[in-house]
Amino acid sequence: MPTTSRILDERAMARALARMASEIVERCQGSDDLMLVGIQRRGVELAQRLAELIQKHEGRAVPLGKLDITLYRDDLQSIGPRPVVGETSLPGDLDGQTVVIVDDVLYTGRTIRAALDELADFGRPRRIFLCVLVDRGGRELPIQADVVGTTVTTTQGDRVDVLVRERDGEDAANLVRA
Amino acid sequence: MTSLLGKDLIGLEGLTADQITAILDTAEPFKEVSERSIKKVPALRGKTIVNLFFEASTRTRISFEFAEKRLSADTVNVASQGSSVSKGETLVDTARNLEAMRIDMVVIRHHSSGAAQFLGERIRSNVINAGDGKHEHPTQGLLDLLTLRDRFGRIKGLKVAICGDVLHSRVARSNIWGLLKLGAQVAVCGPPTLLPRGLESLGVTVMHHIEDAIGWADALNVLRLQLERMEGGFVPSLREYNRIFGVTRERLERAPGDIVVLHPGPMNRGVEIDSDVADGPHSVILPQVTNGVAVRMAVLYLLAGGAPDWRSQAADER
Repeated sequence: MPTTSRILDERAMARALARMASEIVERCQGSDDLMLVGIQRRGVELAQRLAELIQKHEGRAVPLGKLDITLYRDDLQSIGPRPVVGETSLPGDLDGQTVVIVDDVLYTGRTIRAALDELADFGRPRRIFLCVLVDRGGRELPIQADVVGTTVTTTQGDRVDVLVRERDGEDAANLVRA
Repeated sequence: MTSLLGKDLIGLEGLTADQITAILDTAEPFKEVSERSIKKVPALRGKTIVNLFFEASTRTRISFEFAEKRLSADTVNVASQGSSVSKGETLVDTARNLEAMRIDMVVIRHHSSGAAQFLGERIRSNVINAGDGKHEHPTQGLLDLLTLRDRFGRIKGLKVAICGDVLHSRVARSNIWGLLKLGAQVAVCGPPTLLPRGLESLGVTVMHHIEDAIGWADALNVLRLQLERMEGGFVPSLREYNRIFGVTRERLERAPGDIVVLHPGPMNRGVEIDSDVADGPHSVILPQVTNGVAVRMAVLYLLAGGAPDWRSQAADER
């Protein structure tokens, strides 16, 4: 019987995002040459939120992109083709930019590996940061996040669901124990 | 493991409306891949694909090859000239020999109707029909559907007239199946000698005057008049065909609304279609070609899930 517990409610998520936005600006030493790239699907909405928060503080718009990594997955052979869910669109040239990859949950690291490969096909950023709302551990690759909303300990079979208002009607992060 | 489409793509007749829609939806993100500066994604890395063309083709073969390369597959082209096919090797022997080299997919064009299915039933690799005789040319049907959907935002309820040599056309057959399954209204228009019998029973309207088709349709799909049909006595002369059935600017100007013109190529300018139509504002002939690559990428990608398991094959052979 799976049990669901809340990791972040609406207010906790708002606080986490606000802190993440200022951490991004701090790490990048300002918002010049900064670009946020959300990973389909919910990374896109989170990137959008972070961009709005940064704009409020810094007074300038942050270029925003989205990435669908389906075609860069390394498990096509074992799971078969997935429907390609979303578009990939980057707001401009990546060369020399500071790119912040935004995703909802960091787990094995394979999605981020795919995202790094995909970004490399678009250009050569000066730096790439990784920003995730929930880090649930369980890495299979040497990949770590630079900016983290919250950390939760999980075991295999657990699920972490991030919900966003735009798509799901509410802001929250839930842990579903198997 | 079976993919969304099963093992092979033989024709649109064998697909459901949902499967056709899934291919068209999958093609959308692949359009964008071809606009990137590095036009390549690693989705089919390590897959080996043979393009087996027993009939001349420029557009379809190149389109498949681009689609394969943009998905990072390894490709080999085999044409009937210059291969052991010209020494009399049978289709199945050729394919079995290729398969013994552990290929994953075969794209086949053949002059005999049913060749793709015949091959698909006899080898483990995925088989994609790139045109078999007078039967089907499913990826052409799909790219026509995608082009219409791009232009009108829907297929359902659209009125499409397929004009010209429907009798000998695999493009027409794939279009009729695809359009009917997605809920379009379909008419065919041409001289009685070039229209097959029995289409009415599928729900297809038959017309014999190009003016009627232009007055009725949202889109015309103008087929190539295969010039070798002249000798068969199907049409008296090319000039007469153009005078009676040619899609000309004058005729299009009398259309009640905006009308879109498709042509699968290669065109006989001045026969079934006039140059000022082919190059004019009604034409979506070049977008069709662009969409062809995206649709073929989608088909290859979706079929890749049903790839053969070579380890069990090797065990069988022992």
